[in-house]
Amino acid sequence: MPDNYTGYKMDTNNTNINFSEEALQLMHKIMRRYPEGRQKSAILPLLHIAQAESEGWLSAPVMDKVAEILKVQPIEVYEVASFYTMFNLKPVGKCVIEVCRTGPCWLLGAEDIVKFIERKLNIKEGETTADGMFTLKTVECLASCGSAPMMQVGEKYHEHLTCEKVDELLDDYRVNTNEHISHWAKDKIKA
Amino acid sequence: MKRLLLQHIDVPGIDTLSVYREHGGYKALEKALKDMKPDDITEEVKKSGLRGRGGAGFPTGLKWSFLAKPEGVERYLVCNADESEPGTFKDRFLMSKIPHALIEGMIVSSFALGAKTSYIYIRGELLYVYHILEKAIAEAYDAGLLGKNIMGSGYSLDLYVHPGGGAYICGEETALIESLEGKRGNPRIKPPFPAVKGLWQSPTVVNNVETISAVPHIVNMGGDAYAAIGVGKSTGTKLISACGHIKKPGVYEIELGLPVEEFLFSDEYCGGIRNDKKLKAVVAGGSSVPILPGELFLKTANGEPRLMSYESLSDGGFATGTMLGSGGFIVMDEDTSVVKNLWNFTRFYHHESCGQCSPCREGTGWMEKVLHKFLEGHANMNDIDLLWDIQSKIEGKTICPLGEAASWPVASAIRHFRSEFEDYVKNPQKIKDVKHYYRVNNLDPVIN
Ligand SMILES: Cc1cc2nc3c(=O)[nH]c(=O)nc-3n(C[C@H](O)[C@H](O)[C@H](O)COP(=O)(O)O)c2cc1C
Ligand code: SF4
Ligand code: FES
Repeated sequence: MPDNYTGYKMDTNNTNINFSEEALQLMHKIMRRYPEGRQKSAILPLLHIAQAESEGWLSAPVMDKVAEILKVQPIEVYEVASFYTMFNLKPVGKCVIEVCRTGPCWLLGAEDIVKFIERKLNIKEGETTADGMFTLKTVECLASCGSAPMMQVGEKYHEHLTCEKVDELLDDYRVNTNEHISHWAKDKIKA
Repeated sequence: MKRLLLQHIDVPGIDTLSVYREHGGYKALEKALKDMKPDDITEEVKKSGLRGRGGAGFPTGLKWSFLAKPEGVERYLVCNADESEPGTFKDRFLMSKIPHALIEGMIVSSFALGAKTSYIYIRGELLYVYHILEKAIAEAYDAGLLGKNIMGSGYSLDLYVHPGGGAYICGEETALIESLEGKRGNPRIKPPFPAVKGLWQSPTVVNNVETISAVPHIVNMGGDAYAAIGVGKSTGTKLISACGHIKKPGVYEIELGLPVEEFLFSDEYCGGIRNDKKLKAVVAGGSSVPILPGELFLKTANGEPRLMSYESLSDGGFATGTMLGSGGFIVMDEDTSVVKNLWNFTRFYHHESCGQCSPCREGTGWMEKVLHKFLEGHANMNDIDLLWDIQSKIEGKTICPLGEAASWPVASAIRHFRSEFEDYVKNPQKIKDVKHYYRVNNLDPVIN
């Protein structure tokens, strides 16, 4: 169990959480991709959508709602969500900045990029700015080592980074925030 | 230079079905469905000598022939598009540039294996590639290349993309299957192998993106013609993703057997070392394979020029050789600290260990801690032996090969660069002064 949920009381009748109609349709479309009785397979795609619908993080009630949709026990959702690094179990800023920290990027200056962002935003890795705008995460190799150093924000890869480039991007995020959050729920998928 | 997978990579619009078809796309599917029986395809793949491009290099045709085929039980083909091995970025490149190459490969391979439903498990971070694949799959459905009665052949297939959630271990095939079932990515104890009990306990084949994308070429040209490319048991072409301190990082398609020296120094490929520095070390097949010093990488211990092939790179075993692995080619120049980089890699394995086996869970953590002592300048000579001892207690004692993938880099670094470890013990300040990254510009923060 993620630390921040110890003591949380399971409440499967929780009605506070409502996903958009569009998101629900997408969820059900995805669930049909797995054979009858195997709908649990849809956990990961559903959690991505749920997270996009819930300001970028998964609270226990949001996970309960996913469990309800999938007809599985909430614990089955919690244990999955806490295993995978893409799911945020604590609130995050509007823009989550994920800088690759692994060998090949590191050989070409990833450490500089992280330090630069920390200094510019006045936060440490893993933290969120006081205005709730940015969260800085470091992540492992994102399969873009040839364009190192790199970072991901929402769906987008930003490659061949320099501190100057990052500087401009961060300023741009403040203005065009919506373009930089996850696009899962806007996705159009063929049934 | 023989190019198959990337032959049309520069054609504008090659990511669309129409342009892909104009350049010979889906001819292999047509041939497979009209002129061949499923077993004929497996036979051609066997003849081609194609070996798995995901890292292990297991013969693909043989793997397919192990697939159990009990009556009335579904079989599955799952494509491993989880690409997360540090240094490897070829599958992302291929899928985003020519998505139909993978889709055609999936249909042909599914037909050969008798699968009616297939999945592409793509790492969750590659959301934009997910969308590219979704779009291409929709095009294929609309053109009758997927779905019911494909090209009037009577064969039907559904193909879906499934996103992961961010976990390197899900690249391991049984962890991938667990993850696809909606669970934590904990590798399974084998046997049973996926060929007998895989996805939802049904017989399953898991293959890498590049492996599957090669299948249409084998069908088109015939297994024998494919086997004629390359050298010895390393047949065909291989995508190499080159990165690190080279002039021209990128994804290259090479004919297996290309001399390593040519790959590293010629302008056609990597173009040599950046800033005209000297070569120090190479990790040839993704972070998991043993690191080699430049000299041993260019020439084997016997003084033979090394080739980009499964056999030549592993010549000398782990004492003086390495592995082709996934083709993640990481080059380090003379200013690189092997010890510092090793700490970074070890942190990666510690972070990614699923935690089921104590030697891997605890061992990776301890190795990271001991290596960190070197970084802090607190290490002593015994720590080198301690590191050696820890890594030797992981290999062969775990459920999946991640433990070994973590121990091999440590073992090879000590084997070939022991003097660097010793130097840092004697001169602790030295490692703190190492800045083996390029200052990216004048906005640099002060690094302490
Ligand atoms: C820790 C670990 C990570 C792996 N990651 C990948 C991966 O990202 N992509 C991949 O294709 N194979 C990966 N593999 C290898 C797979 O287990 C499997 O051998 C491969 O997908 C089989 O396909 P192939 O025969 O076509 O190579 C990994 C193996 C291990 C042990
Ligand atoms: S070796 Fe490591 S990653 Fe593999 S099953 Fe064991 S603990 Fe998990
Ligand atoms: S190391 Fe950063 S993308 Fe691979």
